[in-house]
Amino acid sequence: MHKTSEQLIMLVVINVALLVVGAVISGGTFLSLFNFQSMASQVPEIGLLAIGVMLAMCAGNGGIDLSGIALANLSGVLSAVIVSSFLSATDNETAFSLTFMAMTVGIGLVGGVINGLLISKLNITPILCTLGTQMAFMGLAVVVSGGKAVTVGSPDLLSRIGNDMLLGLPIGFLIFAVIAAVIAAVLKFTPYGLWLMLMGTNPKAAVYAGFPRTGILVATYAISGTLSGLAGMIIAARNVNVKYDYGSSYLLIAILVVVMAGVKPEGGYGRVICVVLSAIALQLMSSLLNFGGLSNFVRDFAWGLLLLTFLAVGRYDVAGFLVPFKGQHKSSGPSPQAPKPSN
Amino acid sequence: MSPTQLEELQQATPVRPPFSLAELVRKRPETITFTILVGICIAVSIANPAFLQPSTLIDIGRASVVMGLFALGVFIILAAGGIDVSFTAIAAFTMYSMTVLVQSYFPGMPIAVILLLATGGGALLGVINGLLVHHLKVPSLIVTIGTQYLFRGFLLSFIGTVWIMSLPPQMGAFGRLPLLQFESANGATITLPFYFLVLPIAAVITWWILNRTLMGRAIFAVGGNANIASRLGYDLRKVHVFLFGYAGALAGLAGIIHVCANRQANPFDLVGTEINVIAAVVLGGAKITGGTGTVLGTMLGVLLIVVINSVLVLVGIPSTWQRLVVGVFILLAAAFFVTRQRKK
Repeated sequence: MHKTSEQLIMLVVINVALLVVGAVISGGTFLSLFNFQSMASQVPEIGLLAIGVMLAMCAGNGGIDLSGIALANLSGVLSAVIVSSFLSATDNETAFSLTFMAMTVGIGLVGGVINGLLISKLNITPILCTLGTQMAFMGLAVVVSGGKAVTVGSPDLLSRIGNDMLLGLPIGFLIFAVIAAVIAAVLKFTPYGLWLMLMGTNPKAAVYAGFPRTGILVATYAISGTLSGLAGMIIAARNVNVKYDYGSSYLLIAILVVVMAGVKPEGGYGRVICVVLSAIALQLMSSLLNFGGLSNFVRDFAWGLLLLTFLAVGRYDVAGFLVPFKGQHKSSGPSPQAPKPSN
Repeated sequence: MSPTQLEELQQATPVRPPFSLAELVRKRPETITFTILVGICIAVSIANPAFLQPSTLIDIGRASVVMGLFALGVFIILAAGGIDVSFTAIAAFTMYSMTVLVQSYFPGMPIAVILLLATGGGALLGVINGLLVHHLKVPSLIVTIGTQYLFRGFLLSFIGTVWIMSLPPQMGAFGRLPLLQFESANGATITLPFYFLVLPIAAVITWWILNRTLMGRAIFAVGGNANIASRLGYDLRKVHVFLFGYAGALAGLAGIIHVCANRQANPFDLVGTEINVIAAVVLGGAKITGGTGTVLGTMLGVLLIVVINSVLVLVGIPSTWQRLVVGVFILLAAAFFVTRQRKK
């Protein structure tokens, strides 16, 4: 398992390098407090979705959660429609905010449990299931909103979560950091974390070892769904409106973050801290491209290229090559694993 | 898919002597697709007789060409246990670049050459997919999500974002070329365009590759179990390159037909429709884990999706429901096919 710390070191190096490049290009403004705060406030949405994708991937057996951003938008849209039908965002600010927040997270949880039950009880392949639910969630959001943007407004508590700072850090980012720490702890110290990783490593052995397969899968997708709900809440807090097609490229970016973090697409390994660092690195890169005045399309192109590059890095162990002092006690060349089915 | 073939299926099903419905459904899941399709058509024509007008039927036929070509490509990759989401980006890339190329540099290029070049260009991009999927050894979903953004980002950053409204004349003419033309009761001319023929031809070729060539054997073998197939001596690299190349070629062709049929080239078009296509293939009975499926089923799945998309409005359901209905259909079909397999 010495590859894990190499990945971590590489991500730290990438982050530092990006900061240096940004400082040089912008002549220092890139390192200003304001820029840091604005970058930090953009990380949570994608970071939460990426942790969800990571958990689903760790479960192995082709696990992936493609429904994340659709569920996030659904939770925002549906909560906005339901809550504003009986509470007013301007008269009853705190009550509105609290109900809204509870509802977004609740809808995320329900959506995640649906995913988990479909995958574990009905044995639907995760790709297919989450493709279907992605479409259904998005479709439901379209139906309840009529395809238009829904106004949440900016009630006191909610808009503070989206826009205010605590100790110089955006509150959304703090929420993200706490959640990430909790999930990292759960993965490290609870039986669930161990089960999840072992099941991802060898699903068949996990069944014979008597792991509660259904429970693990439902819990995994439920957590992923809850994270989507949280992302939906933060999206609503940061923007005055919610819409069914917000963040259409988030699906790719979440997967890109996860792959960059060295999570194994075939399951069994992933670290939350790496996902967090890789989400931050991606945000730095995105801001850098903005500083360079490049269009969104160039950014899409860059993300695609980056994803493929990191897949190649994972495949050919470039991380070990870049950090040679770590890899000395390791045999050269690819590790002698059995060839995996390559689809 | 021509109506005669559908009738053949309908007549052929009850012929087997020891007739058992469960057995039939297990062996040929597309009968379910067919039944749903017929059921929807009957229900819709009762609710709104306008559905059975030739103009609606021809509209459905026309709308299924591009999706059908995409679906054949997705199906052949699915049969080998992979998945592709980059085909719409390949189609957008080839269609827009070809249109720009013809318009600015070779205005006199004959339409046959345009079609061939688009197909070849699509195949080339597909081969890139195939090589990446083979050498990176990660799920093809992740690789093709990457290439989707790569191709589309390249198209929009370096080739152009301008909506081309006036096509080169030979492309417009190809889109209007009639195969079948008649006048409806209210005097309007109804045209089944010539390009409709491309779909049955592509379907037959795909069927031939899958059922009559060694490559077809290899594809289903890889879809069943890639490790065993490779130990049996199938060259996985060749299979992957062929698969994605073939799907890319179909996507390129579909893209250029899309342009000719709509008489405009929009670089933002097509991308985003891939889930519909995957849904069509899965509804046609192909397992997403590979090794199964038929061309006929795929075509029925495409018809089903096209019909669902076009009849919702006819029966008075607002078009905002379209995504939800298709999403629920995917889940139902997936659940149904899984329980069916467990029973055997």
